[in-house]
Amino acid sequence: MKELLSHSLTMTDRDLRRLARQPWWIVVTLVQPVIWLLLFGPLFKGIANIPGFHAHSYIQFLTPGVVIMTAFFSGGWNGMATIDDLNRGVVDRLLVSPLRRSAFFIGHVLQTSVSIIIQAAIIVVLAYAMGAHFANGALGLLVLFTAAVLLGGSLNAVSNGLALIFRREETLIATLNVFMLPLTFLSSAFMQQNLIPHWMQVGARFNPLNWAVQASRSAISSGTDWGSVGTHLGLLAGLLVVCMAFARRTIHTYQSSV
Amino acid sequence: MNQQRLNGNAIEIESLVKVYKGAVRALDGIDLVVPAGSVFGLLGPNGAGKTTAVKIASTLSFPTSGTIRVAGIDVVAHPRQVREAIGVVGQVSGVDVNLNGRENLRLQGLIRSIHGRELKQRVNELLEQFGLADSAKRVARNYSGGMQRRLDIATALVHRPQVLFLDEPTTGLDPEVRTEMWQEIERLTHEEGLTILLTTHYLEEADRLAAKLAILDRGKVVATGSPEELKQELEGDTIHVELREDAPDGTIRAALENVKGIRQLDHDVRCLRARVEHGATAIPLVLQALESKGLAVDSVSVSRPSLDDVYMRYTGREFARADEEGARQQSPAGEEKR
Ligand SMILES: Nc1ncnc2c1ncn2[C@@H]1O[C@H](COP(=O)(O)OP(=O)(O)O)[C@@H](O)[C@H]1O
Ligand SMILES: [Mg+2]
Repeated sequence: MKELLSHSLTMTDRDLRRLARQPWWIVVTLVQPVIWLLLFGPLFKGIANIPGFHAHSYIQFLTPGVVIMTAFFSGGWNGMATIDDLNRGVVDRLLVSPLRRSAFFIGHVLQTSVSIIIQAAIIVVLAYAMGAHFANGALGLLVLFTAAVLLGGSLNAVSNGLALIFRREETLIATLNVFMLPLTFLSSAFMQQNLIPHWMQVGARFNPLNWAVQASRSAISSGTDWGSVGTHLGLLAGLLVVCMAFARRTIHTYQSSV
Repeated sequence: MNQQRLNGNAIEIESLVKVYKGAVRALDGIDLVVPAGSVFGLLGPNGAGKTTAVKIASTLSFPTSGTIRVAGIDVVAHPRQVREAIGVVGQVSGVDVNLNGRENLRLQGLIRSIHGRELKQRVNELLEQFGLADSAKRVARNYSGGMQRRLDIATALVHRPQVLFLDEPTTGLDPEVRTEMWQEIERLTHEEGLTILLTTHYLEEADRLAAKLAILDRGKVVATGSPEELKQELEGDTIHVELREDAPDGTIRAALENVKGIRQLDHDVRCLRARVEHGATAIPLVLQALESKGLAVDSVSVSRPSLDDVYMRYTGREFARADEEGARQQSPAGEEKR
């Protein structure tokens, strides 16, 4: 256990150093969510006036959506770095060392979590400055951050696992697009649940992205349904476990093909 | 972390077969015994199966059948223990180009549960030893090819392994950098008693470094022994002839068919290489035979057998030609990188 933790942190440390040396990447990660918030906010402002729309302002409604979407994509695209590591022989070198296999993925998940928390914090501060109110104080934000990390971590594990299976950038990009894009539309990230078509509402019930949005939106609004928040967080935690288990198995798949 | 010198055999491979998906038989039943404490060369042209053998022995890839023991441990049954005992420098560098030299070394140490002062000391020692101390803080992306290779080897040594795998360590390096690398490899075995399994497709590299070598061709070991033994087994000489113009198909073979004393012949349109019983006697006969078919000779030379001749003796092909052919076959699939 101690070894697993130490190996995971070693991998996280390595990932973070890599990111820190890519200023361009940092700018993109930090600026992108800000753009979403600044751009979508005014653009969708009118939506808050639609009859049946509850949030006081769209910014307030949008914030959890933007945080969760950002986490979703941060995690989802993480496998691209692993493709690079594969091409450079870095993965092979790690696999012939006594590195704990799970640590390879846990390390990446922890790195994504750090990125997600930083991004989420920026978005929250900005949203606050733009007039959003967060009910339930720190607890509400904790739910928001937790949901973001659980979702981003799950996507991260899947993405890195797929990278080991496909080993090619193009295949990974195509596959990720195929399942990530529908999930973003099939959710209430930008539109209140009861205002989207019925079939989409049904689909959204099985959408992890939507679980995260629902849980965090409810947790930072007044009249929180804590039962539903708990259920959704539980589902997300279960998802992370399943995704990690999947990722762990891809190592064997990879080793069988090289 | 204590360096234990191995006694007996560092690597034992029995009837190793590797069939890749798509039915590529990369290794077709190889047997190898690598004695401890020296450089063992695995020599073969492109596509012979060298990298495949290294990947399996170093626990990266799985054998289709056969048994492999490294440092006395079965690689399939106990990969983790094998990983503790080995260092691997793959054909594709494993250097993390986003980290600096020191960070690369530290990473390997931390994975091997070497921490604190001990780690710092070992890292400094290796940076010093491989001439990287001044570049320790530079990101490896900006290293020269030779520096990256040196860092590559250094990171494989952090935990003082008993067996070091070097898969084509000098491919793509400048000649003078290659010579430096050879000296470093010699030092590692002579001074540190390390067992090194080195693969190469350079004949002179195998000749110079390997105490013993195995020649691998199309997934089979065709010969084993020290370079000297292998060459001595070949009696006679080798003659090389270069023609002034390209010869029409079949004429070279036809011309030399009935020349006495030729044991083996390999040629393309311009050059030929023949193993003969006695160089001085054969040369006039060969020249005469070629001229009689209207093939003008540009130059001719005779030499004692080299590893090239050893290869030809066992495979019937000239090494350089097999190597080019192997490279051609591999590159479209793009698989040789892995
Ligand atoms: N991952 C792989 N999948 C399928 N075929 C492979 C793979 N790796 C190598 N091969 C094939 O196995 C043969 C041996 O390759 P390799 O071991 O790389 O040779 P060498 O290292 O001697 O150049 C080649 O025909 C190569 O194309
Ligand atoms: Mg190779």
